[in-house]
Amino acid sequence: MDFYLTTLIQGLCLSSIALGIYISMKIFNIPDITTDGSYTLGAVVTAVLLTHHQPVYILLPAVILAGGAAGAITGIIHTKLKINALLAGILVMTALYSVNLGLMGRSNIPLLDVSSLFTLINISADPNYNTFWVLLIFVAVVTAIIGYLLKTDFGIAMRATGNSESMIRALGVNTDRMKITGLAIANALTALGGYLYSQVQGFTDISMGIGIVIIGLGSVIIAETIINWLRITSVWLSLVLVICGAIIFQAVVAITLDLGVDPIFLKAVTAIFVLLIVSLPRLTLRNSS
Amino acid sequence: MIGINNVHKTFHTGKANQVNAVNGVTLGIDTGEFVVIVGANGSGKTTLLDMVAGSVLPSSGNISIDSQNVTRLPDYKRSTWIARVFQNPVSGTASELSILDNFRLAAIRTQPKGLTIGINETFKNQVRERISTLGMGLENKIEQPMGTLSGGQRQALTLLMSVMDNCKILLLDEPTAALDPKSAQIVMKTADDLISHYRLTAILITHNLKDAFNYGSRLILMGEGQVLKDFDTSQKPLLKQNDLFDWFG
Repeated sequence: MDFYLTTLIQGLCLSSIALGIYISMKIFNIPDITTDGSYTLGAVVTAVLLTHHQPVYILLPAVILAGGAAGAITGIIHTKLKINALLAGILVMTALYSVNLGLMGRSNIPLLDVSSLFTLINISADPNYNTFWVLLIFVAVVTAIIGYLLKTDFGIAMRATGNSESMIRALGVNTDRMKITGLAIANALTALGGYLYSQVQGFTDISMGIGIVIIGLGSVIIAETIINWLRITSVWLSLVLVICGAIIFQAVVAITLDLGVDPIFLKAVTAIFVLLIVSLPRLTLRNSS
Repeated sequence: MIGINNVHKTFHTGKANQVNAVNGVTLGIDTGEFVVIVGANGSGKTTLLDMVAGSVLPSSGNISIDSQNVTRLPDYKRSTWIARVFQNPVSGTASELSILDNFRLAAIRTQPKGLTIGINETFKNQVRERISTLGMGLENKIEQPMGTLSGGQRQALTLLMSVMDNCKILLLDEPTAALDPKSAQIVMKTADDLISHYRLTAILITHNLKDAFNYGSRLILMGEGQVLKDFDTSQKPLLKQNDLFDWFG
């Protein structure tokens, strides 16, 4: 039971990243890989504030602001300096490594003796179940906010920006500003993932973000496959599927480890798994046509 | 309504492939005029239209709308006056968004896009009502993604979208170029009806000389980035269709 619970907990933590990637990649059509840096940034801000005994309620806005700022910088480099989005993301991600290390002062900060989101809220006596419920509510609230946002006039304009830029400019939207805002939201969500994960695992490590973008991408691609397969157009359902995608992804990783695969090969297995999900729909399509 | 004063546009300035797309055009377009522009490929029609819309900024000269200098104003700020229909149906609508979402954005073209949900039953009914005027049976499909519709349907809807919000100027860049003859006819008819019903100032670029002859109150022939001929409201009715064909002979 603990095995599945841990998987669920990890999946929920990382679903925030998946939501971020969904916004940058699917809604704005921008391949943003600031993710590795902004995820760690979220965890670093959490660790630094917690170890300095700052109140827990300050954490959340601080993490959102930090992640948002990182995304906005990528957005500004991309739109104002007309630099390829991938390169803009890599630049900010690389710079963030130093920023993160500078903020931490060392490469690892343990968070065992400090109060956190999960010690503050008590829903279940069992700490693991408590973590699960708190996470579930947290992710549900975040999803609800994003879902509402995408339904508003502003949200429709966001979705149109990645879809038909000429149209949305003709309809009076400053697409540069829209993209910067979108990348800020995406990276704020990614930073939230770091905020959650560092508190769940009880430490922040400078290298925790390396390769995390692939988890977000994989989750979104799983969701997208299901969305296309079932021809889903509802925004809400799409978001829920993105969350499910993140959980499925963690489940596959957990099962792989459970099968006795050497953890050394975990990243390789992850990459191959993502490749499989991307290629399977194409392969089956070719057969049927 | 629209003032174009000695406007030039040069692409790739100083390079071997330098193009003088628009070479000193001066035009005054009055409120309610429906100007049709014809000309060979590369005559500068589309560049001129893009400069009026603001998606291309002139190299020199200035442009005014409603007596306000808009020469440096980006396209998304000119949307308070201007609605556009593009040559490619894909450019004028968002494929992955529903018809309803597309109309919602069009309905707030001149307004800020805020954090409230604007689509309600009243709005849906309004959209259904507007779309039913096309007689295409699309009023029952407003939740469908725009991408599931044909090019002709999308162009017709783009036209309707342009008058969802306060619109003074309608720019049509070869709106029927990608369409079959029947759809093209429906789209041109819809455009003409909307322009006269809402008393819009309109500019139409077309390669279809029949349309150029049948529609509009003023006809302009462009070539080499300049205005070659200009037939105003009193002169255009005197033209014969063959005169137009002779220009391109």
